[in-house]
Amino acid sequence: MAEKTKIHGMVGDFSSPDRLMDAVKAARKAGYTKMEAYTPFPIHGIDDAMGAKPSILGYLVICGGALGLTIAILLQWWTGAVAYPLVISGKPFFAFEFAVPIMFELTVLLSAFVAVFGMFALNGLPRFYHPMMNYSSFEGITDDRFVLVIEAGDRDFDAAAVKSFLEAHGADKTELVEE
Amino acid sequence: MAQLSHDQELKNALSAPLVDGTPSYHDVTEAVSIISEVKTHRNWYIALAITGSITGMMGLMIAYLIVTGVGVWGNNQPVGWGWDITNFVFWIGIGHAGTLISAILFLFRQKWRTSINRFAEAMTLFAVACAAIYPGIHVGRPWRAYWLFPIPNEFLDMWQNFRSPLLWDVFAVSTYGTVSALFWYVGLVPDLATFRDRAKTKARQMAFGIASLGWRGSATHWKNYEKAYMILAGLSTPLVLSVHTIVSFDFATSILPGWHTTIFPPYFVAGAIFSGFAMVVTLMVIARWIYKVEHLVTMTHLENMNKVILATGTIVGYAYATEFFTAWYSGNPYESYVFFVSRATGPYWWAYWSMVSCNVLAPQFFWFKKLRTNLPFMFVISIIVNIGMWFERFVIIATSLHRDYLPSSWGYFRPTFVDICTFIGTFGLFLTLFVFFTRFLPIIAISEVKGMMAANEHEKHYLDDAVAASQGKQPVGAAH
Repeated sequence: MAEKTKIHGMVGDFSSPDRLMDAVKAARKAGYTKMEAYTPFPIHGIDDAMGAKPSILGYLVICGGALGLTIAILLQWWTGAVAYPLVISGKPFFAFEFAVPIMFELTVLLSAFVAVFGMFALNGLPRFYHPMMNYSSFEGITDDRFVLVIEAGDRDFDAAAVKSFLEAHGADKTELVEE
Repeated sequence: MAQLSHDQELKNALSAPLVDGTPSYHDVTEAVSIISEVKTHRNWYIALAITGSITGMMGLMIAYLIVTGVGVWGNNQPVGWGWDITNFVFWIGIGHAGTLISAILFLFRQKWRTSINRFAEAMTLFAVACAAIYPGIHVGRPWRAYWLFPIPNEFLDMWQNFRSPLLWDVFAVSTYGTVSALFWYVGLVPDLATFRDRAKTKARQMAFGIASLGWRGSATHWKNYEKAYMILAGLSTPLVLSVHTIVSFDFATSILPGWHTTIFPPYFVAGAIFSGFAMVVTLMVIARWIYKVEHLVTMTHLENMNKVILATGTIVGYAYATEFFTAWYSGNPYESYVFFVSRATGPYWWAYWSMVSCNVLAPQFFWFKKLRTNLPFMFVISIIVNIGMWFERFVIIATSLHRDYLPSSWGYFRPTFVDICTFIGTFGLFLTLFVFFTRFLPIIAISEVKGMMAANEHEKHYLDDAVAASQGKQPVGAAH
């Protein structure tokens, strides 16, 4: 086909987390900005090495928790004191004391929902296709391989130069991955 | 010198193997994945047939109950709460160990949790599923069970009573079940991706592909994932403590002697952890042998769990003693009567003393290293503990109810065959869910075990260097 395929980036495949970390640090030093690491388990400190910003998930979860708390208070107050006030053992229609358990439970419930679905959303999941899945040894990423991709969007991207850079920093294998 | 002994101590602590031998990352993937990839063994079908039939029996019992009414159970005046609540509290308690292992031990950086957390979390979910059956079928008209929740509907022209601990319980248990399921699924996603990438058949690829949501293991993924995991652990920790606290409110907020005590929340939580760990040991001893993962779930794991059983069992024993002391010290004749007569010497003396021997005495054997590292022995003790914890709930419920203030309304609870078969049936359901889980899903958290191995590796290098440096030697890892 004459149609030109788009390039996603150059993959460097490493055998250990330490080698990957060294390569990430070197890539950052060399001025590459658009890179992504793929690993079978989280590597401590790799976000700092790549210059990634911390996750904003915590702030979202606080909002979720506040929403849950508000719902719990309004629900108990409105159903008990407004919509259907019913005298039971002379207890008040609404009081914070007896409302505490459900305030706590709904705060936790909504926080957990935001933590889980927020995490998936921030990660862009579910997404069943991604260019990285074209990488011939993609299955290694969820097994025992540590991969660094210098993406084609990088200002300094030059396939040949990136390839030799990755090889020089200990990549066992390099591959050009298409979109 | 102090530095040396500290480092040396740490090094010795690290050498207690959390993974036996020196498997590579790939070996871990292989050991866990192969369980679900091999051709289904004939024994699996046999196991499924047995547990499935027991579950079927439970289905029949529930159908009979629904068609006939709650009267098919032994519940009657004065014991209006019988095996249903006993079994509900029993199963909810079992679940607590799973959350404790997955959340609290995670926050305390207890690395030994990694090999057993997936399994323990599954146990939580399945136990909560068994527990949730009971309130659902005890409401009298189970087709109206959704009235437990504040859902606007055309039949019930009123709202739930939020002043009742029973409604708090509905919220606590359903929140607990939901959050446990979410936590479990989040942990599963990276491992499901491993299964997807190893899939040999189209069906497996599709199933695990969808279930893993397209997980790629990128640094961005892991960043948000670790944050979410940490937050969920932080949320689950107070949640798990709240669940059994609120379950205990069902009793503690009443004014019945024997129930109306402030010790109930911590006492219930300790008991829940105690019974849950016993159940994890029971299941783990079998599963690690059947699925040949003894090098991942090592004796260290089992020994640590037995230590937790010893500690919580002793706390439970202390709580039993405190109840007696408070009953005597309060000077309340009704309170004293419940403990000194009804429980210890009354018609339920056999249940009370079974409970004490199973829960307080049996775990004391675990003071001895030889015994707590002995597989058949710990298996037997773990089952005894579970029997004891069932008795605890039964004793609490039956002894406080069976003798009212008026001797004319005294009675004695006897379970019917429906009570008994339904309870046995919940074990069938619990085990059926396990049979499916161990066949199709990663029973050990692959990515977490690998992460733990990598962290251990780093720590060992660091400690080797520290020990060598304090002895004035060239750091071992200097060339590294």
